[in-house]
Amino acid sequence: MSDHPLVQLSLARMREFYREPEAIFWVFGFPIVLAFALGIAFRNRGPGELRVAVQQGSGDSAVAATLARAPGLSAVVLDSSQARLQLRTGRLALLVVPGETVVYRFDSTRTESRLARLEADEALQRSRGRVDPARVTEERVTEPGSRYIDFLIPGLLGMNLMGSGLWGVGFSVVQARTKKLLKRFMATPMRRSDYLLSFVLSRLVFLFVEVAALVGFGWWMFHVGVRGSLGAVAGITVLGSLSFAGLGMLVASRARTIEAVSGLMNLVMLPMWILSGTFFSYARFPDAMQPFVKALPLTALNDALRAVMIDGSSLARLGAPLGIVAAWGLVSFVVALRIFRWR
Amino acid sequence: MAVAGLDLTVEARECFGLLGPNGAGKTTTIEILEGLTAPDSGEVEVLGMRWTRGTGESRALRERLGIQLQDTQLADKLTVEETVRLFRSFYRSAHSVEEVLALVELEEKRTSWVGKLSGGQKQRLAVACALVSRPELLFLDEPTTGLDPQSRRQLWEVIGRFRAAGGTVLLTTHYMEEAERLCDRVAIMDHGKIIALGSPRSLIASLGAEHVVEFALADGSGRPVAPATEELAALPGVRAVRPAVDRIALTVEEVHRAVPALLALLEGRGAELSLLATHHATLEDVFVSLTGRQLRDE
Repeated sequence: MSDHPLVQLSLARMREFYREPEAIFWVFGFPIVLAFALGIAFRNRGPGELRVAVQQGSGDSAVAATLARAPGLSAVVLDSSQARLQLRTGRLALLVVPGETVVYRFDSTRTESRLARLEADEALQRSRGRVDPARVTEERVTEPGSRYIDFLIPGLLGMNLMGSGLWGVGFSVVQARTKKLLKRFMATPMRRSDYLLSFVLSRLVFLFVEVAALVGFGWWMFHVGVRGSLGAVAGITVLGSLSFAGLGMLVASRARTIEAVSGLMNLVMLPMWILSGTFFSYARFPDAMQPFVKALPLTALNDALRAVMIDGSSLARLGAPLGIVAAWGLVSFVVALRIFRWR
Repeated sequence: MAVAGLDLTVEARECFGLLGPNGAGKTTTIEILEGLTAPDSGEVEVLGMRWTRGTGESRALRERLGIQLQDTQLADKLTVEETVRLFRSFYRSAHSVEEVLALVELEEKRTSWVGKLSGGQKQRLAVACALVSRPELLFLDEPTTGLDPQSRRQLWEVIGRFRAAGGTVLLTTHYMEEAERLCDRVAIMDHGKIIALGSPRSLIASLGAEHVVEFALADGSGRPVAPATEELAALPGVRAVRPAVDRIALTVEEVHRAVPALLALLEGRGAELSLLATHHATLEDVFVSLTGRQLRDE
C-alpha cells in the first residue's frame, strides 16, 4: 500500500512542502498574522471621543463646559482661524459658534461629524432646559457574530484556500516542468492521473492543518465561533480546496517558467482579492458588477463559509454558492487535463 | 530538423554509443528511441515493441526500460532514499532501495537531501532511478558530462556492473575515451546523420594507421619553410596528412620510421619545432578525419 505510486507521489509533494520554511509561513503563519493585525486594528471600541471646538466669543467657555460634560465629546476653545484650519484638516469633528443663534459648522458627509452634531445639540438643548417627552432606556449589546473579526475570519479562510490551492499546485507543477522532472516521470510507467491526484491528496492533508490553525486562532484570540456545524465547514473547505487546486492546475497547465506562472497566478487572484469580499463586503460595488462578482469562485466560497460560520446555515441551503465553486473546479480540471504540457 | 534518415540496430547485451559534438542530434535520437519525442516519420522498435501501439504497450515497454535524461534535476528537498522509493513505486517489479543504492554506491548518502549531493553523486542517483526497475535496456544521455575524472570512473564502474549482469546499454557522449572504454560499437553523428558506425577498434583501424604524430613550427621560422602536404605524405610510414589551424597531424603506421624522417626533412629546411607529440589514434582522430573539425569545441 505505502509503495503505491499515488502514496509515494503525495508523500513527495508533502515533504517538499514542509521542508520549505517560507511556504509554511505563507500558508499557515501569514493568515494568522493578518487575522491578528486586522482583528486588533478593527476591534470594536466604539466611535471613541469626538473632538469639537467652540469658537472664541461671548459665552464660549460656558458652551465648552456644557459640551465637555456630554458623553463621547471633548471640547476646546479655539480662535476662528485655528478652528477653521482644524475643521478643514479633519482634526475637528464639529465647530460650534456660540451666539444668539448657535451655528454648527461641520462636514455633513463625515459620519463622526454628524454624530458630533447630534451629541453636541442634545447637550446644548438640555442645558438650556429642553425636556424629552418620551422616557427611554438603553441596552448595550456586543455579540460575537456582528464584529469585523467575525466577518474577517471566514474571508481569510477562503482567501487562504485560494492562495494555497493555486500556489501549491501551480508552482510545483511548473517547477517540475522547468526542472525536466515531469519529462523524467513521463519516461516511467507512472500514470498521469496518479501524478495529478497526488496534488489533490496532499492538498487535503494540509487543508486540514490550514483550516484548524486559522479557525482555532480566531476562536482562541477573538472568540470567533462557528455557529453552524463543523462538518459543514469541513465540507465547504474541502470543496473549495479541490476547486482551487483545479484552477491551479489550469493556470500551470502550459506555463514553462516560474515567472510566467507567477504572472498568471496574480492575474487570476488579484481580482478576487479585491472583489470577493474577503476584507470588506462586496455589496459596496455597484449593482452592475454584482453578477460578475458573485460568479467568482472566491466570492461563492466566502459566502458559503460566512453563511455557516456566522449565520449557522446548513449545507442544504448553500446549493447556489457551492455549485459555483464546484463548477469552477470541474471545468478548470477538465480543461487543464486536455491542454496539459507533460514535458 | 535535428535528425534525418537514421538507420541503426542495437544488439541485445551490447553497449552502443552515440558519439558526436553538441548539437549533432544525439539527444533527439535517444529521446525518439525512449518514446519521449515522436518522430515525424520512420519506425522505432524497442525490445520487439513499439511506441505507436497504444498506451498499454507503451507502459509495458516502459516497465522494461531504465532511462536517465540529460537535464533532469531531481527534487532537492527529498532524500536519496525517498527519491529512489518514489521512482521504484512506478514499476511492478523493482530492486529494493538497498539493492539499487548498493549498485551505485550511495548507501552512505541514503538520508542526505538530493540538494546536498555532489555532481557525481547526483548523477549516480539519476542512474539509480534508471536502474531501480531492473531494466533490460538502459538509456544514458551524456551520463558523465561535467563530472570530474574520479566521478566519471565511478559511473563507468556502475555501467560495467550493469552490463556484467546481462544488461544492454545505449548511451550518448561527446567524450571519446568514454566511448572507447565503454562501447562495443559506436555511431558517430554529425549534423543529424550517422557518419560512421562500427566498433571503436575498427573505426580507428579505418584511419589506416594506429598512431598520430602532431607537430607545429616555431613562429620565427616562417611559412615558406613549412613542407608541402605532398612532401609529408611521401615520408615513410605516413598514411594521411591533416593540416589544422595551429598544427599539422600525420596519421602514421610506424612512429619509429616516420618521426626521424620528419625531423630530417624539417632540419633540411632549417625549420624549428615548437611542438612534437605522438599518441595512439583515437575516435577523436576518426571524427577529425571525417569532418575536418575537432569534436569538442575548445
